[in-house]
Amino acid sequence: MKQHYDIVVVGAGPAGSTAARFAANLGASVALLERDREIGVPVRCAEGVSDSELRKYVDIDPRWIAATITNFGFFSPSGKMVQLLSQANGYILHRRLFDHSLAEIASEQGAEVFTKAYVYNLKRTDNKTTVYLKYIGREREIEADIVIAADGIESRIARFAGIKTKLAMKDIEQCAQMMLANIDVNPNRGDFYLSHNWAPGGYVWVFPKGNNIANVGLGINGKYAGERSPLEYLESFVSEKFPTATRLTTIAGGVPVTTHLSELVTDGLMVVGDAARQVNPLTGGGISSAMAAGKKAGLVAADAIKKGDTSVKQLKRYQTEWNKTIGKDYKRFHRIKAWTLTLTDDDYEEIADALQGLSPDEVTLTKIFMAAVKNKPSLIVDVMKVFTGL
Amino acid sequence: MIRIDKNRCDLCGVCISVCPVDCIEMTETELSIDEIVCIDCDACVKICPFAALSTVGKE
Repeated sequence: MKQHYDIVVVGAGPAGSTAARFAANLGASVALLERDREIGVPVRCAEGVSDSELRKYVDIDPRWIAATITNFGFFSPSGKMVQLLSQANGYILHRRLFDHSLAEIASEQGAEVFTKAYVYNLKRTDNKTTVYLKYIGREREIEADIVIAADGIESRIARFAGIKTKLAMKDIEQCAQMMLANIDVNPNRGDFYLSHNWAPGGYVWVFPKGNNIANVGLGINGKYAGERSPLEYLESFVSEKFPTATRLTTIAGGVPVTTHLSELVTDGLMVVGDAARQVNPLTGGGISSAMAAGKKAGLVAADAIKKGDTSVKQLKRYQTEWNKTIGKDYKRFHRIKAWTLTLTDDDYEEIADALQGLSPDEVTLTKIFMAAVKNKPSLIVDVMKVFTGL
Repeated sequence: MIRIDKNRCDLCGVCISVCPVDCIEMTETELSIDEIVCIDCDACVKICPFAALSTVGKE
């Protein structure tokens, strides 16, 4: 570990590793710091990602793919299934292997990768940032021109730099997940269960991982927090649907479901991924948007280094580009998300009834949403824009 | 005050994201709360997905 790097990236998830890779590729000296002993562990993720999004940022390695998803099942509260064919293939990843590879790719581009490197403070003076860290239990200081904060939902690093990162309760999905073995699931179908009884303000997912293994998890909206923990909800679901399953892992965590931070940059600092709340607020999916943000941030950071200007004015290009692209889409998703929180179990039942009798290739996400919004004309425009890509 | 069940805490960081006064600190091995700064709003207690946090002295 050197005394100085052009760019220090904090957090080696998909956002951080992608930022490190693109910055290093343009010639910046980059350190990528991971708090945990191993990159990619613990896996706090349902591990789903779409093929078309993922291949924008990386050549897909078949070793990462646990299962290929070609269709989805949506289950109403009473158990009626609406099946739809996926417009593009999806994957359930082995996130541990995937995250390892993204860090390796960053390293191949010249980034130096460190684990057990825990950052506990930052200090900005004279256009440089001192990064205070513990590296394998020993205190160190390194100097950086730019820090990229990719430290996940807690978003402490941005907070050290004065950016407000606090989330409202309703802007979090509290999640719990078990990886279950010895269960009978469709190997190419991702299932979603919608019901206030199973997961208020969220949904249950069953994502197959091959070999009769699946990620079974749920998110409940933070506005329902405090009564029963998501683990208790998950116990109820698993003991009813998969009573004989072997529980390989039990994890819990949170997903931000809001619009991104109003400030993604400040002098010498950029925020990416969950730390920046760059998650699809409708689905909770964040892998590909983390990589999109990481790419933009890494490129802008390296360019700022070349120009010798790491001020907020220079770094703001990343925020402007984000706002114009995915940021804009996610604002729309966020409005739809707010409306889904008003749906009752009766509404879900009605939507399922309206779509019964259609074959999977006749059901599209647009049809599902149109059935759902027929009593909410004001949202039809938002829904249309989402599904026509306008 | 807030009691942390350190056997349950998985260091997922969600509590930190809801704290209105930034009184929760997380090292690589443990969570701690600065009780002088804490305003006992219970946001962290409610949001913890592992139910590792609880309020004591407020019944």
